[in-house]
Amino acid sequence: MLIIGERINTSRKGLHEAVEKKDEEFLKEIARKQVENGADYLEVNCGTRLEREVDDLPWLVKLVQETVDVPLSIDTPRPEAAEAALSVHKGRPIINSISAESQRYEKVLPLVKKYKSGVIALCMDDRGIPETAEQKFEVANNLRARLISDSVPEEDIYLDPLVQTVGSNQVVGMAVVEAIREIARSFPKTHISCGISNISHGLPKRKVLNRAFIVMCIAAGLDTGIVDPNDADLMQSIIAAEALAGKDDFCVRYIEAYRAGKIV
Amino acid sequence: MELVEEIKEGVIKGDLGVETKVADLVNKALEEKVPVATILREGLIAGMSVIGERFKKNEVYVPEVLIAARAMKSGTAVLKPLLADSDIEPLGTVVMGTVKGDLHDIGKNLVMMMLEGAGFNVIDAGIDVAPEKFIELAKENNADVIGMSALLTTTMPGMHGTIEAINGSELADKVKTIIGGAPVTQNYADEIGAGGFAPDAASAVDKTKELLGIA
Repeated sequence: MLIIGERINTSRKGLHEAVEKKDEEFLKEIARKQVENGADYLEVNCGTRLEREVDDLPWLVKLVQETVDVPLSIDTPRPEAAEAALSVHKGRPIINSISAESQRYEKVLPLVKKYKSGVIALCMDDRGIPETAEQKFEVANNLRARLISDSVPEEDIYLDPLVQTVGSNQVVGMAVVEAIREIARSFPKTHISCGISNISHGLPKRKVLNRAFIVMCIAAGLDTGIVDPNDADLMQSIIAAEALAGKDDFCVRYIEAYRAGKIV
Repeated sequence: MELVEEIKEGVIKGDLGVETKVADLVNKALEEKVPVATILREGLIAGMSVIGERFKKNEVYVPEVLIAARAMKSGTAVLKPLLADSDIEPLGTVVMGTVKGDLHDIGKNLVMMMLEGAGFNVIDAGIDVAPEKFIELAKENNADVIGMSALLTTTMPGMHGTIEAINGSELADKVKTIIGGAPVTQNYADEIGAGGFAPDAASAVDKTKELLGIA
């Protein structure tokens, strides 16, 4: 599974201030630690900086990429901030995100093409966030088809069926799982990504729910996760689930992780 | 009075839908000639306010708030036809919506539920609500408060736009505004001149009361 480390986000405790004060060492350490713990990509998000995001996001991109050798996921709904960040990024970035909402689609698509980036495609359109597996798949199907017809390579699309909290509606967990299953079956080359932790919003001991949910999603075909790589329990659940789901030939990665002391 | 206490406890415990205990208790209280206002205030609303306090302290969680709200609703449904004939007024009228360009509604719905539970008349403006729509609904319903929700940093300016539109309308001195949503802060509320800000659904009730000078 492609692990996108989620920790560099100014809505997390202390991060807004760190970006404001340009506390480079603090931020570099967060980047290093995530890569050490297995992140393939790092996400950068400084949405809470509002209009200063346009300056802060490219600054973060440069800072992180001079610290660790991984590409980044540029997380902003603001096209001008995304563009500023992409223009200084090295390697193949992922843009988080496009959706089927008309305005957002039209503004983000040119960036995806210009920077040949991967793109997380949120399964929502002008009607809102679909609730059932069927509706989620329908939006996913249309959005994917539209991206491909706009010449975005299939392998660069990461469909996100949009996870909402099971605390306020208990059917949404399985709706996501079933949507993942249907997308994976219909489009084996298209990636599927999720913001897993939304599932547990408003409930106690969220990590326990997140861990159980990611296992269910991996079983259904999830291949990309925006997660906290420093959560060792979560990471070993991912490795175990991938071995069990037949995604780990000869269980090599599981065994290696064990030898590295990551399976406990 | 024991019955009223039972109603309150019934709301706190919540209703999983297998039984309609609170509705039954309300019917029973009516048969015993307990005044409608007492059932509503000391039973149903009192129960919901206990849940609100516990939610603020993280002692209960979202699903427990939802089942309490459901229990309360089953009780108010029984009272509804009688409320028109009584002199019970709602605490005030709130128009609630998610601002233009934003399609998230979970948080907004939770706030609405808490406000209703506290005794407010709540009008749901829905999602993707333009400033004109907020104003139109507020006029139509003679609202005291307009509540706005935004989940995205890019749609937050919709709150600013709505507040400016309100200030430029005849509602300027009549309606208070309150804002909330994951990226929203007190700082932002001050910046755009919102009447109030609440970090969660339970505080939204306190803030709304404060804005209207209700103890």
